[in-house]
Amino acid sequence: MAKTHVTMKVNGAEVEGLVEPRTLLVHFIRENLGMTGTHIGCETTHCGACTVDIDGMSVKSCTMFAVQAQCSDITTVEGMANADGTLSALQEGFRMMHGLQCGFCTPGMIMRAHRLLKENASPSEDEIRMGISGNICRCTGYQNIVKAIQYAAAKINGVEFREAAE
Amino acid sequence: MIPGSFSYHRPASVADAVKLLSDLGEDARPLAGGHSLVPMMKLRLASPAHLVDLHGIAGLKGISRNGNNLVIGAMTTQHDLLASEEVAKSIPILREAALLIADPQVRYRGTIGGNVANGDPGNDMPALMMALGASYRLEGTNGARDVAAADFYQGAYFTALEPGEILTSVSVPVPAAGHGYAYEKLKRKVGDYATAAAAVVLTMAGGKVATCSIGLTNVHETPLLAADAAKAVIGTSLDAATLKKAAAAAEAIMAPAADARGPVEYRKHVGGIMVTRALQRAAANAK
Repeated sequence: MAKTHVTMKVNGAEVEGLVEPRTLLVHFIRENLGMTGTHIGCETTHCGACTVDIDGMSVKSCTMFAVQAQCSDITTVEGMANADGTLSALQEGFRMMHGLQCGFCTPGMIMRAHRLLKENASPSEDEIRMGISGNICRCTGYQNIVKAIQYAAAKINGVEFREAAE
Repeated sequence: MIPGSFSYHRPASVADAVKLLSDLGEDARPLAGGHSLVPMMKLRLASPAHLVDLHGIAGLKGISRNGNNLVIGAMTTQHDLLASEEVAKSIPILREAALLIADPQVRYRGTIGGNVANGDPGNDMPALMMALGASYRLEGTNGARDVAAADFYQGAYFTALEPGEILTSVSVPVPAAGHGYAYEKLKRKVGDYATAAAAVVLTMAGGKVATCSIGLTNVHETPLLAADAAKAVIGTSLDAATLKKAAAAAEAIMAPAADARGPVEYRKHVGGIMVTRALQRAAANAK
């Protein structure tokens, strides 16, 4: 099958590659670009581990073809740290609140939470839980992931983070 | 999982898209949000030789008011529906149902056109469209035609779409101001299809039901319009006996498949409960 030339912006850098039309975006990111932070979990659009941000939308990159991302602006978990290399508010939240155990779902969780907080800077706990309902974690029971996102929201909004009483 | 090989086409107009689909024949499939088709291709349950991606056609996206109808372009995503003030104001049941479809990521990609055109009995929008009296604009190389949602579904994945045609927009009559509405969906988890679901749109006058329509999701090989159940509640105040009668009338037309969501009897039983709950909630929020 003839290959197609694709160009897109990933984490601020112009990238290009030759792909078959059937190449999934997640495979292009991991194998052509060598950026393995984006994970492949279920491969059936359920788990959210492959979530990346495309033109302001959270997208499961296992359910889109690389050719469809032509000219898109993509952010992956590799693009999440601050410009000076320090952890972003979300990354810091996951670290401080123990928002991960095995860490497999974490890139997808962070990318989804990133867009959630862009759209709603002060989400309620329910809104956070619904907001990450397309991301599956098998370790944490989600409690600390929710806290990590609350921590990040507080930090972004410049207010003190207080854990809700349990 | 990697799909089979295919050629990728990205037309810039509806005319080019239908010409491609018509020329390429049965080996070609239109690609909308892709969240039904791409998983099927990865599982090799679908292996189209050509994909005609509709994302390049600017005119297929957007929501506009045309007289008393809301016209929703086929490539409008569920996320776009949720972001629309016009939808929230004039047809709030669409917003309520869109929030129950899949998960946030899927809603950024999944489209209204794909949802209604695929013919999957598990999809939520078709029963709503039937209950709302919507119609679909179908375009092919021979021009455009409008088909009522109620006449569109022929069997699981079989619809009134002819080879080479694509569904380009959905036209939904705006229900009367103060109408009551509810979409009750029983599902096992976020992202699941309904075990059974019911859409109700009604108007009340003097404490009694003046008009009512009821759509049913995933309890038959097609979405259903529960006309007898709706008729049973007209002129009543939805007393217990009436609700029982309506649920029984709805259950009488259900023919769900037994699957992981439960045996036939269970799915019909909860289908009746969804009808009851939707009627009660719609009556309560009618003004």
